Amino acid sequence: MSAAGTLPDVADLGGPAQPLLKVEGLSKHFPVKGAGLFQRKRVARAVDGVSFAIAKGETLGVVGESGCGKSTTARLLMRLIEPDAGEIVFDGEKVGATLGLRELRRRMQMVFQDSYASLNPRLTIADSLIFAPVVHGVARAQALALASELLEQVGLDPSIVLGRYPHELSGGQRQRINIARALALKPRLVILDEAVSALDKSVEAQVLNLLVDLKRRFDLTYMFISHDLNVVHYIADRTMVMYLGKVVEVGPVEALFAAPRHPYTRALLAARLSTDPQARTSAVALDGDPPNPIDPPSGCRFRTRCALAAEVCAAREPATIEVAPGHSVACHLHDPASGHREAQAHG
Amino acid sequence: MPRTRSAVRSPGHASQFARRLLADRVTLACLAILLIIALAAIFAGHLAPADPLKTSMAKRLKPIGTPGFWLGSDELGRDVLSRLIYGGRMSLLMGTWPVVNALIVGGTLGVVAGYAGGWINMAIMRTVDVFYAFPSVLLAVAISGALGSGMKNAIVALTVVFIPPLVRIAETAATQVRGLDYVEAARASGAGAATIIRVHVLPNVLGPIVVYASGLFSVSIILASGLSFLGLGVEPPQAEWGLMLNTLRQAIYVQPWVAILPGAMIFATSICFNLASDGLRAAMELRT
Repeated sequence: MSAAGTLPDVADLGGPAQPLLKVEGLSKHFPVKGAGLFQRKRVARAVDGVSFAIAKGETLGVVGESGCGKSTTARLLMRLIEPDAGEIVFDGEKVGATLGLRELRRRMQMVFQDSYASLNPRLTIADSLIFAPVVHGVARAQALALASELLEQVGLDPSIVLGRYPHELSGGQRQRINIARALALKPRLVILDEAVSALDKSVEAQVLNLLVDLKRRFDLTYMFISHDLNVVHYIADRTMVMYLGKVVEVGPVEALFAAPRHPYTRALLAARLSTDPQARTSAVALDGDPPNPIDPPSGCRFRTRCALAAEVCAAREPATIEVAPGHSVACHLHDPASGHREAQAHG
Repeated sequence: MPRTRSAVRSPGHASQFARRLLADRVTLACLAILLIIALAAIFAGHLAPADPLKTSMAKRLKPIGTPGFWLGSDELGRDVLSRLIYGGRMSLLMGTWPVVNALIVGGTLGVVAGYAGGWINMAIMRTVDVFYAFPSVLLAVAISGALGSGMKNAIVALTVVFIPPLVRIAETAATQVRGLDYVEAARASGAGAATIIRVHVLPNVLGPIVVYASGLFSVSIILASGLSFLGLGVEPPQAEWGLMLNTLRQAIYVQPWVAILPGAMIFATSICFNLASDGLRAAMELRT
C-alpha cells in the first residue's frame, strides 16, 4: 500500500463466476451468564451452522425476526465477534489464512442501524470520515479530498457538512455520512445492518435509492439485513430467511416472495400489511415469540410454531433441499425422503 | 435532497464549554479564588510580609491585627499570614499532585480494563477491589505510617488511595463507550486498539474522569492536612495548613481566631474545588 497515495482498488480475483463471499458452517454460541458454578455451562446458539454465498454484484437480502441472528451474522463476517466455528472465504481467499483481518475489513465494510451511535459525538464529520483511510496509510490531505468527494456522492454538500458535529445533522444526513464512511475504504462488499430501518419512510426511500445508485456507480455487492420485507423485496436480488440462528430458506427474491416454500417464510409474508383495503389481514399469521436460543427445540427449530409440524420435525433436523435452481429450503415438507406425511417431491 | 442551514462552521465543543462556563458565576468566583490562592502560593516569596520560619519568643500568640502580625502570630511567634501564604504551597501541592498521579495511573488502567474487557478487565478490577476493602483515610494513614513520615511518602500514600475510584470511573465510562456503534465501526475499519482508544474512547471518557478527579482535590487537601496533623505528612517547621492546624490547636482557648485560620483556608480551598468541579461537569455535558 502506498504511504501517501489513495487506496488502490481491490483487484477482482476469481472472475465473475466465483462468489464474492462464501460462508460455510458459521457458528457463534454465546455463553449465558448466571449459570451456577456447578451447573452445566449453557450457551445461546445465536448463529448455528449458517452457510451461504453472495455472488459478485448482487444484493443479498437477509430477513427474520429480531433475535434470529441476522446482526450477529454480520458482526461475525466483519470479525467484530470471533466465530466459534465456520469458514469465511472472500473472493477465493480464506479469511484468517490468506486474507488478513485488516485487509478483510478494508474489502468489507458495514453500515449500522443507529445513525447517531455510529458517529463519534466528539469528532467532526471530516474527522470521522478520514479516520479509516488515515489508519490505512492515506495522507490527511488526500483523505480529506476523498471525504469531500464521497459526501458529494451521497448527496451532501461538503462545505456545509464537513465541519459539523453529528448532533447537528438529521438522521437521514447522518446515515448518508455513515454510508460515505463505509465507502471511504473502497470496499467491494457492504453489509447494511438495518441501515434504513430507523429512518422516516420518506427519508428511507431516498436512502434506498441512493444505495441502489451507489451500488451501480462503485460496482458494489450488498448484504442487506432488514426486518422489513417490502424493503428487501425492493432492493434485493436474492433473499435469505433466518430463524433462530439457522438459514431456513434462500432463493431469488421474486420466486421466494411469489412462492415461499418454508412455512416460516410463508407466515412472515402473510404477516405483511397490504395496501389493498380489500385484502385486510385479521388472522395472526405467526403467534408468539421465537423460542429461547439457549434451549432451541430439537429437530426443526420452527416446529413449535409451525402448523404443519409432524413427529419427524421433532426427531430430525431438516436437510437443505434445492427445490428450484438457486432456491433451497430447510424443511421436511420439501424432502420426499424425510417421512413427513405431507412431504412432496420437486422436479 | 435537503441541505443543511447556511452556517458553515459549527461552534464546536470547546467554545460551547467556554460559553456555558462564563455564564456560571459561582464557578467563576470559585475559580478566581483558587487562582488567587495558587498565585499567592507561587509568589509567596514576594507576597509574604515576613519569614514564615522566623520565631520570636517575645511575640507569641498575638491576636489578629497586631502591627507586624496582621493575622496574629503562632505559638512560636511566627507570622501566621506569612505561614498561611507559604503553607498554600504545600497544601496545594499535596492536593493536586496525588490526584494528577492517580488520574494518569488510574485513568489508564480503567480505560484499558474497560476497552479490553474479558480477563484483563477481571484482573485489573479485582485487584482494585482489594483496595476498596479499606476506608480511604485508614488506607492513607496505614501506607504513610508504613513508609514513614515525609511529604513524598504522603504523596505516594494519597496516590494509592485515589487510584481505585478513578479506575472504577474510567472503567465504567470506557465500558459504555466500547459497546457503541462508532467504536465497532472503528474496529471494522481495521484500526488497532491503541488508535481506537486515542481517537474514539479517550475523548468520550475524559470528561467524566477529569470532573471526578477535580472533586478529589479537596479530599486530597483534607487528607494531606490530616496526615500532617497526625505527624505523617509535612514535617515541622515547614508551613502547611494541616500542620499549622495541629500546632495551633493548643492555643484555641488563648487565640481562637488565629487558631481557626488554617482550618478556614482548608475549608475555603476545598469548597472552591468542589463547586468548581460541579460547574465544570455541568459545562462539559454534551448536548445532543
